[in-house]
Amino acid sequence: MSGPSPDGHPGQATGGSGTASPAASRAAEYGRAVITAIIEGNQAVVTILAIFAALVVGGLIIAFSDTTVLHAWGSFFSAPGAALSATWNSVAAAYSAMFEGAIFSPGTVAAAFHGGSVGAIFYPLSETASKATPLILTGLSVAVAFRAGLFNIGAASQWIGGGIIVAYLGFAVSLPPVIHVVVCVLGGFAGGAVIGWMVGELKARTGAHEVIVTIMLNYVMYNLLSYLLGSPSLLQLPGQANLVSPNIAANAELPHVGGPPPQVGVGFLIALAAAAGVGWLLQRSTVGFEFRSVGANPSASRSAGMSVERTWALAMLIAGGLAGLSAATVIQGTDLSLNFQSYGTYGIDGITVALLGRARPAGVVLAALLFGALRAGGTIMQVDTSVPVDLVSVLQGLIVLFVAAPPLIRAIFRLRGTRAAGVAGAEAVAKGWNG
Amino acid sequence: MTSLAAVQARAGISLSRRVATAATFLAFGLVNILVFGAHAHHGDATFTFSLIGAKVTVPPLHVPAALGCYVLGAATIAIAAARLTVLDSVAARRVMIGAVLVFFAISLLLWADAGNEIPVNIVVLLQNTLVGSIPLILGAMAGCMGERAGVINIAIEGQLLLGAFAAAVVASALSGLWLGLVTGSLAGGLVGLVLAVFAIRFLVDQIILGVVLNLLISGITGYLYDRLLVPDANTFNSAPTFGALKVPALGDIPIIGPVFFDSTIFLYITYAAVIFVQVGLFSTRWGLRVRAVGEHPTAADTVGIRVLGIRYWNLIIGGLLAGIGGAWMTIGSVGTFNKDMSSGLGYIALAALIFGRWTPLGATAAALLFGFSSALESFLGSINVPISPYLLGMTPYVATIIAVAGLVGRVRAPAADGKPYVRA
Repeated sequence: MSGPSPDGHPGQATGGSGTASPAASRAAEYGRAVITAIIEGNQAVVTILAIFAALVVGGLIIAFSDTTVLHAWGSFFSAPGAALSATWNSVAAAYSAMFEGAIFSPGTVAAAFHGGSVGAIFYPLSETASKATPLILTGLSVAVAFRAGLFNIGAASQWIGGGIIVAYLGFAVSLPPVIHVVVCVLGGFAGGAVIGWMVGELKARTGAHEVIVTIMLNYVMYNLLSYLLGSPSLLQLPGQANLVSPNIAANAELPHVGGPPPQVGVGFLIALAAAAGVGWLLQRSTVGFEFRSVGANPSASRSAGMSVERTWALAMLIAGGLAGLSAATVIQGTDLSLNFQSYGTYGIDGITVALLGRARPAGVVLAALLFGALRAGGTIMQVDTSVPVDLVSVLQGLIVLFVAAPPLIRAIFRLRGTRAAGVAGAEAVAKGWNG
Repeated sequence: MTSLAAVQARAGISLSRRVATAATFLAFGLVNILVFGAHAHHGDATFTFSLIGAKVTVPPLHVPAALGCYVLGAATIAIAAARLTVLDSVAARRVMIGAVLVFFAISLLLWADAGNEIPVNIVVLLQNTLVGSIPLILGAMAGCMGERAGVINIAIEGQLLLGAFAAAVVASALSGLWLGLVTGSLAGGLVGLVLAVFAIRFLVDQIILGVVLNLLISGITGYLYDRLLVPDANTFNSAPTFGALKVPALGDIPIIGPVFFDSTIFLYITYAAVIFVQVGLFSTRWGLRVRAVGEHPTAADTVGIRVLGIRYWNLIIGGLLAGIGGAWMTIGSVGTFNKDMSSGLGYIALAALIFGRWTPLGATAAALLFGFSSALESFLGSINVPISPYLLGMTPYVATIIAVAGLVGRVRAPAADGKPYVRA
């Protein structure tokens, strides 16, 4: 799984000519390795170029689905300048709205000078962090499973499992301030963990393929959620025909740091802590070593005396728990209630986040922040320029596609690449069905 | 030594598999008796077997509901006992699984329809089953074509969605139904080609690739839907639909005729596709090559088979089939395109493929099972069964999990599935 490139050191460049060479020559070799890394396009370079390429393709899509632009191109030969400027205006308007929604809006600085709120400057960034929070957690969920050689398509079902517990504990129980928050968050982890564990345990005991079981569990949980939200004696808000739960108690809400409205939710901090925890688990603990070992080669792990079955069950339990935490951050942090569509696309987005982050915690956090920024910006873009927010899915897809195909990016940007590097770049985070 | 240990391990698995299967059968039998039989209303359940205006009508059948459930439950338990003790051939196993599932479905219908004035129309139920299975079967065939040649295809969902989109837009804008069908098919093939290029040429991980293509296609079709189809629905999103095409003579046979031989062109294409993939893969020289490429590409290459060429063609042909399945969703059924209208059918097709152990017939059977459950669900919804539609909606998926865990167990994909082939 860990090919030569994932740590940013192209193995074929550093691991070359012998270990016995003098220190001076080794230093020179290292310098050369850094330069070749840039020229050949190491991971960071490829990622940045991939984002750029995706934005270019997205820009073309924006421009050529805009009727004004198409009209201008219709008269290209009489007024070429008008066509080009119409194209530029269309794309620039959409992307600058996106930037202002996700990162920083110059207008807020001007407003701050004229007595407006200083905090408003940071509002877009706080939106980005808030959108990234659940993605970090579902991304970690998928990533943990990947590392143990399992493909978790069911983060959505585990999200719902957690969400049901969080919502119930949130409105039906009354507890003192801090304790209520903690109980709900732990309940979310437990609810997700149970659903995840079922998948791992079924695979361990009967060999049932986790891809089928997770897909089926998604549908089971969608229906279960609607059933619970449709039964007044269970989760439904009394006197309501809609499938929605009551709001959680004020004591159960995750507090915000930094006051309204630009703020960092404690949920974001929970997500970062979870990422650090997963990092520790995978890299420093015995359990994590077993995860990675089973993920890399189950039969060798079995020969070495590990229990492959127990590892599967445990990995899915933790993966499910992380997806459940994602539900806790959404319900306790932003939505404050549960409805029949609360699970949104967190599960599927978690897969792309984990893939872009190469199933590593730090990578997952960065990928989730990027996608969170696209989501936050996409909402503003749709409001300001009426470019549909679906463009964000296109951009996400293109970015992951380009990142996953370094040879393509090298070819587009004329980077010097080797055939061997191409194979290394394609080395799997996920593996075939037979794992 | 190692081989002896392996044989013993396999024997152990097959013994516990035998027990697990029998236990699963027993569970189904007990549900038939204790849930359906004991909770059935008094009175008969009525089954009808003809459509209104059929040339030959079959008389309806009245069955005492509770008694029927007890009998079917007892029969299921008898099968469980037989499975545990005597019968253990492949054919017997298949017949037994089929019988248990059919008994279970009939018990469910008996319970639901007991004392109800609305009869269960078996013909309508089976028609809906077959028609609803079209995208699942064609999607599963697309997956089968790819995976038998060693390329995992998770992009079935995207192939269905793009096929549906392209067929609706073209059939609507150019008002040509057949043109729409062809375009829908080509759209699926295009996804197959992109999948092939990235998987084979650029060696991208195939699971990443499938998920990403689905996301990308969902985004592009959603984007164009908002930007083009909604503002100008009359031009772009009001496609006509294919009408039913009755096969002469065969279409008039009672029960079988209306179910199998009186449907849109899509159902006939689906028959052809299943036969094509099944016969092609297992009875032709080409199929032998495909399977060799999927199991051991190096060996196939050594004897002169063009590994990459076969993979390209299989993915494209599979995509063409899935595209037709997608086209069915618009021009074979409702006529208009909606955002994300494939709603996970591609993933269910993938599950059907794995459930059917990567064989065309097995995958088709699994797809029909899913088709039957959704037909059953909509029927039960229409006769006011006193149970939440959401709980009913869960049953096919719970049943699938039980079946996969209890009956199918460990499955093996083609050995080279998902692994890019690079000549050493």
